[in-house]
Amino acid sequence: MSEHELRVSKIRNGTVIDHVEGGQALNVLAILGIDGSEGLGVSIGMNVPSDRLGRKDVVKVEDRELSQSEVDVLSLIAPEATINIIREFEVVEKNRVTRPETVVGVLSCPNRNCITNADEPVETRFDVIDSGVRCDYCSAVLRSDIAAHIDV
Amino acid sequence: MRQDHLITATQLSRDDIEAVLDRAREVAADPAAYANRHAGTVLALCFFEPSTRTRMSFDAAAKRLGIDTIDMGDVDSSSVSKGESLADTVRVIEGYADALVLRHPSEGAATLAAEFVDVPVINAGDGAGQHPSQTLLDLHTIRENHGLDDLTVGIMGDLKYGRTVHSLAAALTNFDVRQHFISPESLRLPRSVRFDLHETGAQVREHEELETVLDELDVLYVTRIQKERFPDENEYHRVAGEYRIDAETLAAADDDLTVMHPLPRVDEIAPDVDDTDHARYFEQAHNGIPVRMALLDTLLGGDEPGDEATTMGADHE
Ligand SMILES: [Zn+2]
Repeated sequence: MSEHELRVSKIRNGTVIDHVEGGQALNVLAILGIDGSEGLGVSIGMNVPSDRLGRKDVVKVEDRELSQSEVDVLSLIAPEATINIIREFEVVEKNRVTRPETVVGVLSCPNRNCITNADEPVETRFDVIDSGVRCDYCSAVLRSDIAAHIDV
Repeated sequence: MRQDHLITATQLSRDDIEAVLDRAREVAADPAAYANRHAGTVLALCFFEPSTRTRMSFDAAAKRLGIDTIDMGDVDSSSVSKGESLADTVRVIEGYADALVLRHPSEGAATLAAEFVDVPVINAGDGAGQHPSQTLLDLHTIRENHGLDDLTVGIMGDLKYGRTVHSLAAALTNFDVRQHFISPESLRLPRSVRFDLHETGAQVREHEELETVLDELDVLYVTRIQKERFPDENEYHRVAGEYRIDAETLAAADDDLTVMHPLPRVDEIAPDVDDTDHARYFEQAHNGIPVRMALLDTLLGGDEPGDEATTMGADHE
């Protein structure tokens, strides 16, 4: 095991989200709905030097193995992210994030006049398209500014 | 129609459109065959913003099919103003009616409503989103005048907020139609509509001046540019003035050019156009009756005239 992998696998059990674009670590936690209130051990590395990204963020969540469907939505803000599942300090699984078809309940619609911004009992729902995401209700297209519309 | 609802024009296939328009033709040819066809059925007209035209058109179409209509009265005095959600309102009204017609100021309202009820929902305008029943009567008007293939259509005015424009542009992609969009820079088609047009590979061009394309057009669809879209009144007058037509403007057009407008107009089409052979906007408005009759008949499960019409039950939890 390389020195790099040793460093990211320092937690005993849980998930390490590596190769997150620098500056996106807090958005990663927001998308995953993790804010510390769950009592999980969470540690964040920000602006860690990286061969691939220049600078990257690393997020480690102890005692929770995140499922592929949970992490795929991260692809919207951290397309290069790798997901490492850790058991007894060992990386037992390593996956990339893949773009999901839809994103439910994570983003708010950028169109202020969209019915989903009007206190209705619905979760937002976006189709993932090549150039971003698209509101299922009002068809508004959200491109580069996805991180600014995370609503969890 | 494959769908139980009519929410956006993007959901409509060429077959869907032609089925409704064929039926509209039958209705127009023999309205008596459709009278009382849906007696005992109730249609709820849920208008969350004022509209006399569309509401009266649906009301009249329904009554000509023998359908009773109910409405919410004045929106200001209804439970809407007391803060009830749309989801709750439509779930209550679903228990009163066999289908809902919904006009709402927010984009996506009809999509949301359709998720909460089991009866057919017809979107009669959702904010700056869509207005697909208007599109069906627009298409009927174009079809009766020119057919729907090998056509050049110009759509002019407020393309950004004009829901009739968004629906019409989407529906026209089902046909062999070249679309020209004519508007000031600030009122160009929104990204979402542009996206759909691009996806279908439609032939679309944008212009700031009508003169550049006028002589190529078979149809010119004019929409109103509203004052409230401009921060400054002088700016409004300057811009809107450039997208007004009169009989003199149309001298450069093809003799067979059809001029349409979803109405009401203010001054974007001068009254002297009314007397030309180009004017079709009153015919277009009147087409709302047979087309909405055909639409209601389709969504409420009509087969051939003379058959017993089946209506969808309003089962309710
Ligand atoms: Zn939306």
